[in-house]
Amino acid sequence: MSQNAKAEEFNMEKQSPVKTSPINGADLFVEILKKENVEVMFGYPGGAVLPLYDALYKNPIRHILARHEQAAIHAAEGYARVSGKPGVVLATSGPGATNLVTGITDAMMDSIPLVVFTGQVATGVIGSDAFQEADVIGITMPITKHNYQVRSMDDLPRIVHEAFHIATTGRPGPVLIDIPKDIAGMVGEPKFVDEINLPGYQPNFKPNSLQVKKLRGALAEAKKPVILAGAGVLHAKASAELLEFVEKMQIPVVNTLLGLGGFPSNHPLFLGMGGMHGTHTANIALYEADLLINIGARFDDRLTGNLSHFARNATVAHIDIDPAEIGKNVETHIPIVADAREALKKILSLDFEAPKANEWRAKLQQDKVDHPLWNTEDGEGISPQALMKIIHEITNGDAVVTTDVGQHQMWTAQYYGFTKPDQWVTSGGLGTMGFGFPAAIGAQIAKPDKTVVAVAGDAGFQMTLQELGLVAELKLPIKIIVYNNMALGMVRQWQETFYEERYSQSLIPVQPDFVKLADAYGIRGYVVQTEEEAEKVMSETLNNNEPVLIDCRIKPKEMVYPMIAPGKGLHEMIGVKPQ
Amino acid sequence: MKRIVTATVLNQSGVLNRITGLFTRRQFNIESITVGATETEGISKMTFVVHVEDDRMVEQVVKQLNKQIDVLKVNDITDQAIVTRELALLKVMTTPQTRAEINVIIEPFRATIIDVAKDSVTIQVVGNFEKIEAMIELLRPYGIKEVARTGQTAIKRGSQRLVSESKTFSILN
Repeated sequence: MSQNAKAEEFNMEKQSPVKTSPINGADLFVEILKKENVEVMFGYPGGAVLPLYDALYKNPIRHILARHEQAAIHAAEGYARVSGKPGVVLATSGPGATNLVTGITDAMMDSIPLVVFTGQVATGVIGSDAFQEADVIGITMPITKHNYQVRSMDDLPRIVHEAFHIATTGRPGPVLIDIPKDIAGMVGEPKFVDEINLPGYQPNFKPNSLQVKKLRGALAEAKKPVILAGAGVLHAKASAELLEFVEKMQIPVVNTLLGLGGFPSNHPLFLGMGGMHGTHTANIALYEADLLINIGARFDDRLTGNLSHFARNATVAHIDIDPAEIGKNVETHIPIVADAREALKKILSLDFEAPKANEWRAKLQQDKVDHPLWNTEDGEGISPQALMKIIHEITNGDAVVTTDVGQHQMWTAQYYGFTKPDQWVTSGGLGTMGFGFPAAIGAQIAKPDKTVVAVAGDAGFQMTLQELGLVAELKLPIKIIVYNNMALGMVRQWQETFYEERYSQSLIPVQPDFVKLADAYGIRGYVVQTEEEAEKVMSETLNNNEPVLIDCRIKPKEMVYPMIAPGKGLHEMIGVKPQ
Repeated sequence: MKRIVTATVLNQSGVLNRITGLFTRRQFNIESITVGATETEGISKMTFVVHVEDDRMVEQVVKQLNKQIDVLKVNDITDQAIVTRELALLKVMTTPQTRAEINVIIEPFRATIIDVAKDSVTIQVVGNFEKIEAMIELLRPYGIKEVARTGQTAIKRGSQRLVSESKTFSILN
């Protein structure tokens, strides 16, 4: 051996422990995901992501192959909602990415943490209208919390680490990373990144003590206090603190649609959901209150009704992690920018004086007795309200329940009776049809031992029903309940109420045979026409370990009540149970 | 009402797009935007002149801008001690008779003629919004062929009034 060769060998030995071995972008991508503790991802392959899928083949992370990208991202949302971990999505460039747009927007509106990866054409041809090219960064800029296009392989570890940080901290939301195809093929020795350096992103978690003191003063003076608890309570895992605060202060609680489960619905101080289809008592409480404490809700228009009538006599306190939500829709007197849990912990540590609200509580209790949720008992078919009570009974009120948007969503919100956090997955802000069924798939993957019930309308179910294939493939024991009224129920309800019964394009005269459809995928299906049948089939199928589809023929003309017409205030409910 | 808002931003690709997109989406009405480098490399400063209905809306402008990850700092500096400047280029029709008159008109504005042609002159003027408007009004009778304006940029004066006099929208502190 020559001296040179010896020296070379010596040098190599000396260097090898500190040297990271060269790696290509695709393999690096998988390594980074593992480092971020990604256990499962939802996706669909295609040309621009072939290298990434090849790396996943060699070094697998559990990947759920949906039958459509929209379902992949809704499944990731369901997964994120019940697990508290970010949902991870991978789709190809162009149509793969544009098919994700609905899900990204849905996650943005409902603050669901997602990290979405899209393929992109190679950097050299970006901007040339190449095959399957779409300006995904431009398209998703307004519907993501932040987005990135990877321009160099060296940036990949930093970008992915930042994306997970941004998606899951502060007010959660979707972050998208666009990866051009050639980045996946580049070879380099990039360093992994552990620290976060984002000077423009510093969410504030701790409440300001001056504002907390102002709240103390307001509580001591209040005669008609009410708490409005939103999804922020769930995101911050603040249910226990909320319960403690409520019991100590004896303040009645209203939930928003997305906040259901953040406070036990069987608690005597619970007034129900507020808003367009909320309970009479909840809406009257919001309308008449002299102190409104909003914890983690964003005063959505479906909750407030006409703003000029909303909480007119109330001092408004608002606890929110997102400062931009405070004062956006409703003038706020006590702004508290903080994580709901941190704020409640601080408040609990300070021994506040409880408001003197005996009269107010008595009035609201009486109102609950006088104006409960109700339904008329006429017409052919199953009462949708009674059906939801049956589902509650049989699942012991303990199932994870998902829905789309519309009548079935409102009946579920009104009648399922959520008592625990993270068992309710629905499309609130965006109101997405076709959301519930794929979201149930993600929820079942996150919680394999839980009963997961996907409640869908007959119209919405047909928007993503291809995922029956995924349910069959993974043998997921999801219980699909189709509220079948042969119509787009809520559209029909509005046409009946506001358009003189002109049912323009809202009735669906031809339906598939849902039982045969399920059968085609090897899933057992049933049709039920009466409440007795429904009860019998459900008690046999909802608690076993198999998927099932139950086509429930509900009263086609049933309405969701109470209701607040658009432009009306919370006190102007129609369809309230007469005394 | 008109407000002047400044933002320091990371000079990432697409940051201007993010901000103008935000203005469009939230129906914030912008009169002008200027962007330029700052004393720190990689950081740019933007100055917006926005028309808003009330204080709550300008508060939303500031908060929504702040939510952007690439935005480091946002200030509504309208009520602070500031200096604002804009540059305008005006092409004005001339005849041998009017050329001297125009020279006299622009002189007090400390404007300069930077290009001369047979039947027109191009004038450069720097100043605040009102000054430029005033000069344009005076020149209008001669026939203005073209106007190009940069939009206002602004900076806070070295010495500020007492803190209690200036309005703040921050609810963090």
